Parts: sequence; C-alpha cells; structure tokens
Amino acid sequence: MTDLSTTYLGLELQNPLVASASPLSKKLDSARKLEDAGVAAIVMYSLFEEQVIHESLELDHYLTSGSDAFREAMSYLPDAGTYSLTPDKYLGQVTALKNALKIPVIGSLNGVSKGGWTRYARRIQDAGADALELNLYFMVTDPNMKSEDVESAQVELVAEVKSAITIPLAVKLSPYITSLPNFATRLVQAGADGLVLFNRFYQPDFDLYEMEIIHSLELSSSAEIRLPLQWISILYGKVNTDFALTSGVHTAKDALKSMMAGAKVAMMASELLHNGERVVASMLSEMSWWMETHEYESIKQMQGSMCQKSVSEPAALERANYMKVLSSWRDLV
Amino acid sequence: MKQPIITIDGNEAATSVAHRLSEVIAIYPITPSSTMGEFADEWSAKGRKNLWGTVPLVIEMQSEGGAAGAVHGALQTGALTTTFTASQGLLLMIPNMYKIAGELTSTVFHVAARAIAAHALSIYGDHQDVMAVRQTGFALFSSGSVQEAHDFAAISQMATLKSRVPFLHFFDGFRTSHEVTKIYQITDEELRLLLDEELVRAHRARGLSPEHPVLRGSAQNPDVYFQMREAANPYYTATPGIVQEMMDKFAQVTGRHYNLFDYVGHAEAERVVVVMGSGGETAEETVKYLVERGEKVGVVRVRLYRPFSFEHFVKALPKSVKGISVLDRTKEPGASGEPLYLDVVNALVEGNRPGIKVIGGRYGLSSKEFTPAMAKAALDELKKSNPKTHFTVGINDDVAHTSLEVDASFKIEPEETVRCVFFGLGSDGTVGANKNSIKIIGEETENYAQGYFYYDSKKSGTVTMSHLRFGPHPVRAPYLIEMNEATFVACHQYTFLERVDMLKYAKPGGTFLLNSLYGPNEIWDNLPVEVQKDIIEKKLKFYVINGYDVAEKTGMGGRMNTIMQTAFFAISGVLPREQAIAEIKHAIEKTYGKRGEAVVKKNFEAVDATIENLYEVKVPAEINSKMTRRFPVPNEAPAFVRDVLGPIINSDGDNIPVSAFPVDGTFPLGTTQWEKRNLALEIPVWEKDLCIQCGKCAMVCPHAVIRHKVYDEKLVAGAPETFKHMPSKFKEFSQGFAYTVQVAPEDCTGCTLCVEVCPAKDKSQVGRKALNMAPQPALREQEARNWDFFMSIPDLDRKLINPSTIKNSQLLRPLFEFSGACAGCGETPYVKLVSQLFGDRAIIANATGCSSIYGGNLPTTPWAVDSNGRGPAWSNSLFEDNAEFGLGMRLTIDKQNEYARELLAQFEKELGADLVSAILNANQADEAGIEAQRERVAQLKDKLAKSSDSRAKDLVSLADSLVKKSVWIMGGDGWAYDIGYGGLDHVLASGRNVNILVLDTEVYSNTGGQASKSTPRAAVAKFAMGGKGLPKKDLGLIAMSYGYVYVARVAMGANDQQTLRALLEAESYDGPSLVIAYSHCIAHGYDMAKGLEQQKLAVQSGHWPMYRYDPRLAEQGQNPLIIESKEPSIPISQYAYNETRYKMLTQIDEDRAEELMKEAQHDAKSRWTLYQQMAAMHYGNENGNGGDKKE
Repeated sequence: MTDLSTTYLGLELQNPLVASASPLSKKLDSARKLEDAGVAAIVMYSLFEEQVIHESLELDHYLTSGSDAFREAMSYLPDAGTYSLTPDKYLGQVTALKNALKIPVIGSLNGVSKGGWTRYARRIQDAGADALELNLYFMVTDPNMKSEDVESAQVELVAEVKSAITIPLAVKLSPYITSLPNFATRLVQAGADGLVLFNRFYQPDFDLYEMEIIHSLELSSSAEIRLPLQWISILYGKVNTDFALTSGVHTAKDALKSMMAGAKVAMMASELLHNGERVVASMLSEMSWWMETHEYESIKQMQGSMCQKSVSEPAALERANYMKVLSSWRDLV
Repeated sequence: MKQPIITIDGNEAATSVAHRLSEVIAIYPITPSSTMGEFADEWSAKGRKNLWGTVPLVIEMQSEGGAAGAVHGALQTGALTTTFTASQGLLLMIPNMYKIAGELTSTVFHVAARAIAAHALSIYGDHQDVMAVRQTGFALFSSGSVQEAHDFAAISQMATLKSRVPFLHFFDGFRTSHEVTKIYQITDEELRLLLDEELVRAHRARGLSPEHPVLRGSAQNPDVYFQMREAANPYYTATPGIVQEMMDKFAQVTGRHYNLFDYVGHAEAERVVVVMGSGGETAEETVKYLVERGEKVGVVRVRLYRPFSFEHFVKALPKSVKGISVLDRTKEPGASGEPLYLDVVNALVEGNRPGIKVIGGRYGLSSKEFTPAMAKAALDELKKSNPKTHFTVGINDDVAHTSLEVDASFKIEPEETVRCVFFGLGSDGTVGANKNSIKIIGEETENYAQGYFYYDSKKSGTVTMSHLRFGPHPVRAPYLIEMNEATFVACHQYTFLERVDMLKYAKPGGTFLLNSLYGPNEIWDNLPVEVQKDIIEKKLKFYVINGYDVAEKTGMGGRMNTIMQTAFFAISGVLPREQAIAEIKHAIEKTYGKRGEAVVKKNFEAVDATIENLYEVKVPAEINSKMTRRFPVPNEAPAFVRDVLGPIINSDGDNIPVSAFPVDGTFPLGTTQWEKRNLALEIPVWEKDLCIQCGKCAMVCPHAVIRHKVYDEKLVAGAPETFKHMPSKFKEFSQGFAYTVQVAPEDCTGCTLCVEVCPAKDKSQVGRKALNMAPQPALREQEARNWDFFMSIPDLDRKLINPSTIKNSQLLRPLFEFSGACAGCGETPYVKLVSQLFGDRAIIANATGCSSIYGGNLPTTPWAVDSNGRGPAWSNSLFEDNAEFGLGMRLTIDKQNEYARELLAQFEKELGADLVSAILNANQADEAGIEAQRERVAQLKDKLAKSSDSRAKDLVSLADSLVKKSVWIMGGDGWAYDIGYGGLDHVLASGRNVNILVLDTEVYSNTGGQASKSTPRAAVAKFAMGGKGLPKKDLGLIAMSYGYVYVARVAMGANDQQTLRALLEAESYDGPSLVIAYSHCIAHGYDMAKGLEQQKLAVQSGHWPMYRYDPRLAEQGQNPLIIESKEPSIPISQYAYNETRYKMLTQIDEDRAEELMKEAQHDAKSRWTLYQQMAAMHYGNENGNGGDKKE
C-alpha cells in the first residue's frame, strides 16, 4: 500500500490533491462532494477586496440613485435594510465549510488596500480557516513604477499580513517576475509558509466585430503545467518553503510530476469544474498504481525527486531547454 | 412613563399604528399615500409583528377598487383590515365603502388627502377626495399634524371597533403626509391599554364562517330597503360620543387630549374661524398670536367631520361669537357652499344659535400655501359690514373677485425658531441629507424640529427645496418658509444662481452657504448682480465650499449630501461642532452601515474633508458683477409662455391671477422649447469625419435633443461659423443636399445614450466615435446658436421621406421634445418615434403615470407642432380608463368620418363629382396620400365656406375627419397589465382601429417602483421585496389569442429596425394593435447609459423575445407570428444580474435568488418553446413562417 500523505503549511493531508480556488467552494454541497471524492484540502474561492468595495458602492449607488429626487417616488427600490454582502457571505462560508468538512479549509484573499489585506486576513482566520492563501495580483500599467518597488511592496504586505494572523500563510504568485528565486526568498523571509505557483490570469480578448474588449474564462489544460513545474523544480531546495503547484493539473501524471518537481500539493480547479469531483478518486487510484508499479513507497519519497538539484541534467530546466525546444520546432518545419 | 421620541413623517406616523393594529392590509400605490403601503409591506416583509404577535398579511392589488374589494372580503370574514389611499384611489373605493358602511363593519382607511383630477391632475393635497366620500357612511376623522396622524390612527381604530361605523382617517397629502417632525411615539403597551380586546373578538365573531353561517349582502325590494337603510341610525348617533370617549381614554393613557371640535382662542371670542386638517395648526397659532395682542378671536378645529355632531359643535363655540368664517379645502362647483360651511350653517340652525354671521371660503387647493396671514384675512373679513362669502383666500381671483386681501407682511413665527432653506438637485442627495439633519436635531437635541421638502415637476434635473425649522418652541407651521424669513439659505448647486432667486427667502442678517467651484477669493466676482445685491443689502454672512472637489476626492461623485450637511452643522452651530460631526457619522453608519464598509468610509472621509474646505467670504461693499440672472424664458417666446408659464418656471406661479389661465385646462403645444434647463455637464459632440449618417443617435435620444437633418446645401451659407455640416449620404437626397447632426446644448441631459449607440468608430482609435461627450460650458453658447440655426432650416417634405428605415424616420421632425423625463429614459424614445411617424395626424390618450407626467406636467409640456401647425392632440383622462378613453376618441373619429361621408354625397353638385369621389375613395396609406386628401379637404372647405346651408356648415366643421387620423393609447405596465387591463382587453376585443403602446418598465415607475403583474420573476420591487415569486404576465400572448389583434413585442436597443417596422405596421393595421415596448428604467438599478445594451441582453437571454403578430398574414394563409429574436443564447442571469433589482435579492436571500433565477430560466425556455410551436403552426396554404427566421 503506497502512502499518499503529505504535509502542506504544517497541515497533515491524506494525499496531495487540493482543490484550488474555484466556485466549487461556494456551495457546501459541492465542497462535501470534493471531500467525499478524496480531495485532501480545499482552497476557497478568493475574497476580492476590490469586489467588496465595488459591491458596497454599487448597492449604495443604486439604492440611492433617484431617491428623494422626484416628488412621487421617494426611492425606486425597496431597502431591505440588511444585506448579506460578500465579506459576510465569505466569512460565513469559511465557518460553514469548517463545520461541514473534516479536511482543512484554506481561505484565499486578494486585497487592494493595506488595511484591507490585514483586516480581512484576520477575519478569515477568525472565521475558522486553517490557513490563508494570499492571491497577489497587481497589474502594473504605470511606466514610472519600478519592478523593485512593486516587489518590495508585496514583500512588505506579506510581512504585515503574517504579523496580523497566526494561521499558516501561503502566497500565490504571478509567473511574471524577473528574478523569481530572489522574490520567492524574500517572501519566505517575510513570513510566507508556502508559495503557490502560479496564478492564472484571465487576459481580455478583442471583439473584432464590435471593436470592443471582451472577457471570457478559459479553463486550463495539462500543457500549462510546464511553467509551474519548471519553476518549482528550480526553486525546490533553494527556497525553504512548501510549494503548491497549480495551473494545468488534470491527471494523475500531472500530480505525480508536481510532486517530483518538489510540490507538497497539486492544486486543481479546471479539471474539477470540467469533469466533476469523480476524477479525484481515479487520479488517486492511478497515482497509487503508478507508484506501486514504480516501487515508490510514499509521496514524500517522491517530492523533489526531479527538482533541478536532483536531476542529472540541471541545465535542461534552464535556457538550454529553451534552445532545444526551438530547434525541435525547426526540425518539425 | 416616558414616551419615546421619534422624528418621522405623517405617512409613517399613521402606518406605524395601522400596521400594529391590522391583520390584513390590501394596498395599491397612489401619491401621496404610496409610502404608507410601502412601509406596511416592508415591515411585514421584514417580519415586524402586529400587537398580537403575528405579522400582518400585506397584498398589493391591481387597483384601489381591487384593494377595497379585498378589504371588504377580509372584513367580512373577520380580519382587522386596513388600506391606504388618496384621491382617485379613494374614488375607486366608493362602491365598497358604501357596502362596508352599510354592513356596519369596523375598519379604518388611512388617506393622505389629495386633489381630484378635474381640469388637470394634481398630486397635491386638499380635501376634495375625502369630501367626495362623505356620503358613504364612513366616519371622516381629520388629523392636522404628524403627531395627530399618529394619535388619530389609534383613536379611529378604537372608535370603529366600538361604534361599528367604519372610519376614514385623513390628513393633508403633501403636507402632513410628507412633513418630518419630532413626535411622541405610542408604544405597544399604550396601544394595548387603549384597545378593548373584547371588541376585537366581537369583530372577528361577526365574520362569515361556515361554522355559524349567515347571509349578508341580500337584494331588497321597495318594501324593506328603506327601513333597513334607516336601521343603522343609532350607531351613527352614538359615534360622536364614542369618539369623544376614546379621545378621553387616549388622553388618560398618553396625556394628549383631543375633542371632536377643539376650540382655541379668546374665551369671549367674537370672530371665529372653523377649519379642518393642517390648516387648523396655522389657524390655531394665528389665533393665539392675535389673542395675545388683544383680539377677540378663536378657532374651531374640526376633528370628527362625519358623523357631524351639532351638539358638540355648538358646545365648542363660545357664546360670545358673532361671526364665523368657515374654511373649506375643497371645491364643489355649483353648490350653495362648500360642505363644511353648509354643515356649520346647519349646525347653527339646528343647534339653535341664531344671530351669528357665517361666511365660507376656499383655501389651500392642491397644497396651495395657507399662511397665518391668510388665516388672519379670513378672520378680518368678519370685521367688515358686508363681508364676502364664498370667498377664496391664497389666490388672486380677478375674474369672479372672490379672493380676500392678504397682508403678506403679517408673520407670527417665534424669533427663536431657526428657519433654513436648502436648494439642491434631485440627484445630489440634498433632501436625504436634510431628512437626516432634521432627525439628528429632533432626536439628539432638545429642539423641536420640522422638515418639509418641495420638488419641481421634472424627473431629471429636479430642483429641490428643503425647508427646515427648529427651535425651543413646538413647530406648528405647516407652510413653507416665507420670503425674508430664512435665517439660513444654502445653495447646493452653483448653476442655480443664474436662474433661481433663492436669496428672496433670506432674512436680513442671515447666512448664505454656497457650493461652488470658485474659492473664497474668486466667488464674489462670479456671482450674478442680483445675488451680490441681496448679500450686501441683507447683510448676509456668506460661506463658500467647493463641495464638488471634496466629492470627487472622496468618491462621492455627484452626491453633495454629506458634505453640505456637514457644512450646515459647522456653520449653524445647532450643535457643538465636534458633537455634530459625531452625530453625522453616527447617522451615516446607521443609514449606510448595512451597505458595506466602503460606503461608510467614503462618507466619513467626506465629512472630514468638508471642514477644511469651508470658508467665510469677506463680502465687499460694492456690487461689481456684470452677470445678471437669466430670464426664465426668452422675450421672443409667445405671450402665454412669457407671461404665464415663465412665472411658473420662476417659482412665481402663486402670484398669477385667475384671469391668466384657460378656463378648461387647455394648453398650447410646444412649450418645453422655451424652458432651457441647462442640465448637462457634458454634451455629445459630432465628429462628421466618422459619421455614417445612420440616425441611430437621433432615434434613441430620450429628449429629442440630438437630431439630424438633410437640407439644401445652399442654406449653409447663412450658418454660424462653428456650424458643422457634410454632404448628404442619403440615396434619395444626395446631389445638392447637406447633412448635419446637431445637439441642443441647453436641453440635453447628458445621458450618453447617443454615444453608446453610435456605431461609427475611428479605425485608428476605436474609443473615438462619431459622437463623443465633451464638457458643456465651453460649448453652450456656440452650440445654442448652432441649434437655433439648425432649427431654422426647413424640414424635408414628409411626402418625400420613406420612413421605413431608421435614418429616414429620423428626418421626420420629433413632435415630442425636451420632456422632463429621467436622463436616459427608456420610454421616451418610443413616444418620440410615434410622434415623428404619425404625430401630425395623431390623437393620444395617455394613461396617468410617468408618460403623463413628463408629457403633461406644467410648467412646460413636450408635445409639439410641426411647421404647418399640426401635431399630436394629447389628453390624459385617468389611470384606470385610458384604453376606453382612447377608444372613445376613435369612436368620435369614426362617427364623424361616417357622417361627413354621408354629407359629402349630398354636395356632389357644389363640390363636383370628381372631388367628392376622390375624397371618398382616397388612398391614405402613405404620407403622399394623406397630404393629397388634406388638399382635397381644403378645397372642400373653400368651396363650401360661403354656403349658408346648415348641412354645408356641418360638413365644413367635420371635414377634417375625412383625413386619416391615428389614435394612440399610451401608458405604462401598471396601467396595461393591472389597473387598466380590463378596459384594455375590452378595447382590444372591440376590433376598432386603435394603436396601443405599452411602455413596459416592469414596475410602477412613476410612484417609485412598485411591482406590477409585468414585474419578472426573481426581480425585487416594492411590494415584492422578497423577489417576485411568479412569472411576468404575458400580455402579448393574451392579445394574440384574439386572432385579430396586431401584436408586437419590441426592444429598441436590441433591434431598432424591428421597433420601427412594428410601429408602422401597427398603425397601418385597420384594427386594434398592441405594441409592448421594453423600456429600461431608473427603477431597474443600473446605469441608464447602458440601457440599450441591457435591452440586447434581455432579448438574447430570452427574457424579452421579440416578435410581430400580424393578422393580415393569417388572412393570406400564412402564420401571423413572426419571431424576430434568436433562440436564447445567454442565461437569464447574465442579463439579470447587471441590474440591482435582481442582484439585490442575492444579497437579501441568496438561496431564494438562486431558486427564482432557475425558475426564471425555465420561464424563458418554456416561453420560447411555446412561441416556436405557435410560429410553426399551419395556416392555410403554407407551412407557417415563424421560427427564428428573420424577414
């Protein structure tokens, strides 16, 4: 019998498959199904402070808009007085999930203001989350803003959040960092207990008919695993923290690769959204089968086995790999 | 026991008792009583319980008639039942009121008394409605203040249960109903002490039950009906005594004592005024003032008007009285006197009080001000040897000379009372802030406080006036703050200075606070000369704040509420500054806290930033301004507009004499063009290099302020330098024609719909369109000149225009322009399109609602005439009867046409056989045919002009009916789906040639967003706070079931061409037509600029399938139903959750929102499937032509 257990952020997990932030955590029912299917932990959908602010201002605007402005209509919408807004719903859902599930529940937060990050981090902790994942997403459009300043601000932010909470803290990163090893090190020094590689961003598209910018959500594919796989391989052993691999985990093989790169957990959402929670059991079974076939006793044994430090050809994970791929493309032509 | 103090308005005061004392409440919205129903519904929705610990059941009915019926039924089965209404609503209840009274049923109807629509509708207060039900057998019980509205709601309930006589408790609409005042609240404990539970159970026991069945409501014959009508007399005889008994009991419990007739004044008064309602407050204060100064005067305030107790009245009257002046707030044309006057005269006769001179007069109709000076005038008249009777007071009647002279300088308000007047924009939150302020002052200080709020009649750019009074003495002044009396005047919008004379209210030595972009050092040079003069001459303290800047920096947008409220408290000193700021912040948390932290935060920031930006201005000694206030209308306006409508625009309508007005409510058209409201901060600017001349901008413009025109290019020679033009790209008008898109800068509301719809984008910079918004001030003068020039260019001859394309239709002149509708209104583009296509031959019946208000509310009205003087003849009858009203118009046209044709045949000799034949057989299917017929009719008139034959004169007088007329019946969904549905159905069934346009906003928009049967499932609306649980009624489907009704469902934003085609087809169909038009609305809760986009989504989601059902196709053997939208391609939620009305349910009850949204999705699918099946049915020789095929 193979041992699939792992640890992540100090949490003991039965296996390395973790449901990453997705709408599946919005409902107790779907979260329970994930647990029953074998998911070892669940990262909640993100609480976006920007959305919280927008929602509040929008509600106020439209409840107020037109009120006391026309003599026959003192208002145009009834005021229910009490509203269940995103923060309340989110925190309520943290508690509800904690009450309903045995597996750890990890909160996820994307803030915009300093006060907002720490305030909501604390509230998510108080609501019962086992850990918190910070969803760092800054879109820098100002040419005067230096990358160094952006990184320093994020490091500072992580330190502030860490000092505000006692539960473990993971940081979900963008891949678009010039010197990821350095930045990752700084984040860990600032207090991050784990790093989640990588955040998927939903870039807008153009509508050529209307000549407008449009937004649509595309689920990931297995091909996307390569980027986090490469970077966890590189960082493992150099940056002393727990890694979670996310983006492109769809199969048992993807999960196994994640482990070999050095991740403690493999996170997935697209596969669960597309094919449902039933894939988890078959993935776990296939992982066990593969491990048995290849005589692995445990996941822990596998973790980091193909990191840059461990492989026979470390350069394959660096620029040489890039050159090789390009030339293989020319061969195809 | 200390009674809680609350600061509320009269509607809330009455409802707070009524809700606690009811089990069933049947409601229907009508101004100014709507908020009573809204409170009741909201409280029940939130689970607030009545006195017996159960939540009252509240139901919205389809009309007041329906509400009365439901009330009657609930009463007959033993529930404690109430309703709230006013005006026309009360009239609709009359039949049931007779029944309820005839059956001696205990109930209380609460009425915010309002004027009756006669020569015109008025939403304002008087007693015409309650006087119209005085014969029903209901007791009429009048409260005169907010405290009394609260107290009398309780006393009337106590009295009705004991007397078994039903009660109508009323107070003055748009005075007591909307006045916010500090009052003592009756606690539940007190109500329990007041109410006799045995009487409640007795009421219940009288209810119909199969366990102890009785029959009630029999039909009777001459032998017994009369006797039984008299059988209830003892109950009426006993009622006054019972009411007094309850008043006494009320006094024991609460300490507030009332009498059936409260006398106040000199013990040996010689002159007495008798009055009812809020006027009694004014009269009482006036009398006290005069008595203190030695006058022997008094006032009798009538509380219980029906049953009228002569005994109590006479007893209340001092023996010394020599003359009585009775004031009626009603009008009964042709009567020997108004009702209260006649009752008083009769009381003196039957009460054996001879020798008293009685005069009667009218005051305060439609909330006309009733001031102490007017009360004094009514008393002073009695001093004269030959006093006027049947007088009027408060107006200048220079026709029948009924009016009394009023000494405007007579003022009685205590010196210590602080009086503040605030001028704001409807959208800037001024009124809301002042309501908040008055609550703070009322509840956090020892001061007595009163707030009253006045709005002009527009739905966009509304100017609001807030009147706040507070001080150490109780505020008993139910009238606006008078000229030279305000100790504090605030102007929350700098632009008002050029058109509103607000400092006329300022008391010398008072304070003036101005919100302006100009700072303390620049402001003086930027004031109109009149304002400078007032500030200097009245020695006003002058403060300025750049609230716009504070608002922008703190994210408040256009909302000045918090900022100006803070500035007011900082300057007025009503509270220590620190305490005031703390109270404001507390109020902010209370008001906005539940809406999220961000809202509270931005308001707090605004409070903090205000103080730093508030400056006292050092007032120079000299006037130096070159600017003068603008005239309300230009001098070149027609005399009636200049002399009558101008003063109304200028808030000076009160001073216009009777002789200036039409006697029958008839007004000229096209008057909005003279009222330049200058609302827009930004206006669209035309980029001709990008323009494709599609006309979509003109089509969607709600206010007809952007137009396009094709014209002889030679005319450009006389154009102003900045006038833009380009060669016409119209196929029919290419050679020698120029083209211009022009904006009316002072009429535009800045809604941006035209920019949103503009399809022409710069290929190198897609954000730049053929229309882009730009700041208005710099463009104002230039574009105003360009607009004038544009309008001076002749319109193309209608005969040459084929209106079947959007661009061509927009060459037709809008005959509906510059209305007071909301910025971005979704209704008016349809209305305007009808006016363009058919306006010169249209007669319009308009249901009461938004469209009748923006279409017909003074001072100026938007229906206009073309260069030939033709235009839509428009009228509003009522809310409930509009379809029938329009049908009546059709009947006249048909009858007159028929008679004219009959006469025509008799004048073949005089007119010539050819002309007669041509007229009788004219083809008027298009503009050319109609114009040709007009020319023939002109010939006919010419030829018969000199004839002395009576039949010839008849023919001339009827000849216009030989030209095609287009009858349009318009209104909203409240009318078409609910209150007017029965009539609408009958008119559809009549087969007559009428065109019905339903402006479907899916709520009662005009009265503030109450649910109608058109409200879709899952949407939140007033009276449906938990989200409407049932689907929208499919009015189109019902109409299609007749088979001979033309039906179309359109959404201009989704397919403007389909809208145009539907309207043209509807009008061409010689039978009833129904066009249901999706109209986005402010009540949906999203940015109106996105209204057209949202219409698209409504169609794409299947919420609003578009179709045309043309019975003519069935006659040709084809399927009449043509579905013109595609199969739903997006979920309903994708459309719905852009709108607060849907989204807020997810924030109120997420599970229910999800469930209802699922059902709404199912509704859309089922509807689509049904229509598909209908469109695929075989009709005669073809296989149907439906499906999603587009023609």
